[in-house]
Amino acid sequence: MAQQLAAKEPTVEQIADQKIYKQFGVSDSEYALICDFLGRKPNYTEIGVFSVMWSEHCAYKNSKPLLRRFPTTGPRVLMGPGEGAGIVDIGDNQAVVFKIESHNHPSAVEPYQGAATGVGGIIRDIFSMGARPVALLNSLRFGKLDSERVRYLFSHVVSGIAGYGNCIGIPTVAGEVMFDEAYEGNPLVNAMCVGLIDHDKIQRGVAKGVGNPVFYVGPATGRDGIHGATFASEDLTAESEAKRSAVQVGDPFMEKLVMEATLELIDSGIVLGIQDMGAAGLTCSSAEMASKAGNGMELYLDEVPQREEGMTAYEMMLSESQERMLFVTEPQHEAQAKAIFERWGLHCAKVGKVTDDGRLRLFHKGEQVADMPVKALVDDCPVYQKPSKVPDYYLKNGSIETNSYEQVLDLTDALKKVLGSPSLASKEWVYSQYDYQVRTSTAVVPGSDAAVVTIRGTRKALAMTTDCNARYVYLDPEVGGRIAVAEAARNIVCSGGEPLAITDNLNFGSPEKPEVFWQMEKAVDGMAEACRQLETPVIGGNVSLYNESAQGAIYPTPVVGMVGLVHDLDHITTQAFQEEGDVIFLLGDTKAEIGGSEFQYALFGVTEGRPPELDLATERRVQQAVLGAIQRGLIASAHDLSEGGLAAALAEACFERGLGAQVEWTPNLRPDLALFSESQSRILLSVKPEHADELALLLSEQGVPVQRLGKVGGDRLTIEVAAHTVIDASVAELREVWQTAIPSRMD
Amino acid sequence: MNFAVLVFPGSNCDIDMFKAVEDTVGEPVEYVWHTATDLSSYDVILVPGGFSYGDYLRCGAIARFAPVMAELKKAAEAGKFVLGVCNGFQILTEAGLLPGALIRNNSLKFRCHPVDLKVENNITPFTNAYAPGETIRIPIAHGEGNYVCDAETLARLKTNNQVVFRYQGDNPNGSVDNIAGVCNERGNVVGMMPHPERAVSELLGSSDGARMFTSVLNVFLSRVEPSAVNGARAH
Repeated sequence: MAQQLAAKEPTVEQIADQKIYKQFGVSDSEYALICDFLGRKPNYTEIGVFSVMWSEHCAYKNSKPLLRRFPTTGPRVLMGPGEGAGIVDIGDNQAVVFKIESHNHPSAVEPYQGAATGVGGIIRDIFSMGARPVALLNSLRFGKLDSERVRYLFSHVVSGIAGYGNCIGIPTVAGEVMFDEAYEGNPLVNAMCVGLIDHDKIQRGVAKGVGNPVFYVGPATGRDGIHGATFASEDLTAESEAKRSAVQVGDPFMEKLVMEATLELIDSGIVLGIQDMGAAGLTCSSAEMASKAGNGMELYLDEVPQREEGMTAYEMMLSESQERMLFVTEPQHEAQAKAIFERWGLHCAKVGKVTDDGRLRLFHKGEQVADMPVKALVDDCPVYQKPSKVPDYYLKNGSIETNSYEQVLDLTDALKKVLGSPSLASKEWVYSQYDYQVRTSTAVVPGSDAAVVTIRGTRKALAMTTDCNARYVYLDPEVGGRIAVAEAARNIVCSGGEPLAITDNLNFGSPEKPEVFWQMEKAVDGMAEACRQLETPVIGGNVSLYNESAQGAIYPTPVVGMVGLVHDLDHITTQAFQEEGDVIFLLGDTKAEIGGSEFQYALFGVTEGRPPELDLATERRVQQAVLGAIQRGLIASAHDLSEGGLAAALAEACFERGLGAQVEWTPNLRPDLALFSESQSRILLSVKPEHADELALLLSEQGVPVQRLGKVGGDRLTIEVAAHTVIDASVAELREVWQTAIPSRMD
Repeated sequence: MNFAVLVFPGSNCDIDMFKAVEDTVGEPVEYVWHTATDLSSYDVILVPGGFSYGDYLRCGAIARFAPVMAELKKAAEAGKFVLGVCNGFQILTEAGLLPGALIRNNSLKFRCHPVDLKVENNITPFTNAYAPGETIRIPIAHGEGNYVCDAETLARLKTNNQVVFRYQGDNPNGSVDNIAGVCNERGNVVGMMPHPERAVSELLGSSDGARMFTSVLNVFLSRVEPSAVNGARAH
């Protein structure tokens, strides 16, 4: 068997003559470059290793020039992009560690395992930094729920996330799920993990100390996930189904053991460097650890625990078997490390040695089977500046007048249509499958603007959210990119937190298409500008390109994962109206902005025109004013206005406690446009009557437009516009529509 | 009074249980590893939730063979107080310390949300601080919480007043007779699917679970002489 497999491996000459490297996504010019670096032609193992290290997933070869545009530093940033995850100081020698990562392609062909291992991978990124993971979030996109295939993908992705997170015991506290035809053939599954760490425990993935042993820990390596990183870096096609073997299988129980043992090992102080084996498995972890230390590494592949017989060097190096870690310690600490892992029932194998020659050398069955310069693998992948072109659809949209739609008169019905749209509807069907309370720190559970997780032993808490309105990004990537960051920050602020930093997941189509590359450039510019203005640097992230299927590219979806610091537990605020008689305020200006709105999609079935504008100076002013008011104890509830505009925001604020609201408003607009406009930088507040005047004064002093809308009370939502009742419905009736939208399509 | 929180590979509510003891009664509490062979120094043994051994094969089916389980049986026989929550409840039924079994929720989905529970039996050491028939709000988080038993066992449970909690209103998992928690005949071993350790502070949504911990402390204090209490504390 072993012989047969080995015999199948192409020779050096066959790889060159038959251009076998092309199957791995290596171009002719890249192949020539690899030959230069090696001073000879690569063998099968070497071309395999190069191809994953030089894939978009590992090398960011198409996105690097764009990523450089992000601000990545700030007074609180302890570690920016480059390590497993970024780290931000939160005071008292504590720091928060977080990162988001995609598992789109695996989830498209094997939704349960694809999503589950996405969660497993991002958790490893966090604990390999030495941090204790405290929360999980996600961001999901699917096609419309009318299709059986989409329902299958949706329900299995949710089960996969639940299966992994629930078992390992990290609460899944927040997320977003949206449905649109644009994701019909290519769903998006982005998972984020947040951890806590003491400053002095921060680890790095570096192979320090020439001669030190390199250890492998975790389950044995199998043939699963081979070439996963390459698979993630190409379009999804009908043949993708045949690449199911490129999808890994997760074991959250194993990861729980590896996590506890690793944190114990790090706590013992004997780790010099540690990194998880994620994308490109043993290849990427060994090459990157050597590179960061400026060293080399030798790996003895016979020592690698193997699940199957007759595995080749190629297979071992490219396997993405899950729940594995690589770490370096000094020789005298070997026994101590082994004892820690044994207590958790885990094997720990010495598989290599740190060297000083800057080369990654692999030995198998007594022979050297690969010898490559580390620097070439990690740093020397060519970087491409792809051509960019303004898409036709963007030009056409410029002349679409979205405010000239025929006026919608039955606005109660319109509100029900918007609330019943699966993208906006209650996600309880999803989050009730997630254990969002384990670790007993979840102070704000899923469903509000952001989740809030307390930090034991302090008065502080972390607010966290994932956000991206991809329709806006599609209609205008630069404005949409700005809004994605601004909305995330607004959600943090509405929850009582000070926005700290972001992690981003750039999900786009194929960068080979100039129109897609244009979307990438513009979206990154918009996000970068918002990050600068709102002082929330990018501390890490992930790029997922080639999100294309037979139907074309997905909407450009640069998901923002943001974490904020709640300075005192008393500041924790939710979107829900709290008490009868509380006064309702609307902050910010409402303009006729329907382009890309849920109203446009739910009532007219289109996504067209230009998205809402966003002025970052205004945004910052509104956010600072609201956070200040929350910190002064003036605010009963705060809710960001987003999809569905003011009408939907009012309804959502009524739902949790079943409290109604009576609103009288005189905007300068047609009622339908006014109530469903998605104008940015707006926040809905409710306050106790005795605080109303103080708040109104405080806000206007800070130059924030503020309108008094009405009162909380009763069990109906009634909205009068210019003295005419335009919406009148019981809260129970509206909630029913909102709550049953997803279950009625799924169960 | 000394509390033990058992830890199996895959337990994940062990820390929450430990913190709940600290926060509600402030008595000494220790983690006890699944390989432990002596529980003699503990007065209350808490079997926490999670996914022991990955819940592979069947929830709790592997954990019942852990070395500490023989000691747990001895402790239960000796009348010590034992509480199993969620996976802990599953382990206690697998080990035969409690009757019945827990199978997949009738929805076939994991469910996490607060539920209303009716206190059916307030004379167990863990529930005496509740009023009989009182409704309390405690969260659930499980995929296999559907309590089943044969008709004879059910009749016996009712006759002996062994049903400790029932779901009020919506039954989240399809359990027989809306059962959410039961005890053994003697009443010193209680198992329940909802998580009282997650309901010990208003910040987390409810503090109704706190009385499970204060109950057991009160019972302990009322049973032993003051000098013996001091002796126990000196451990």
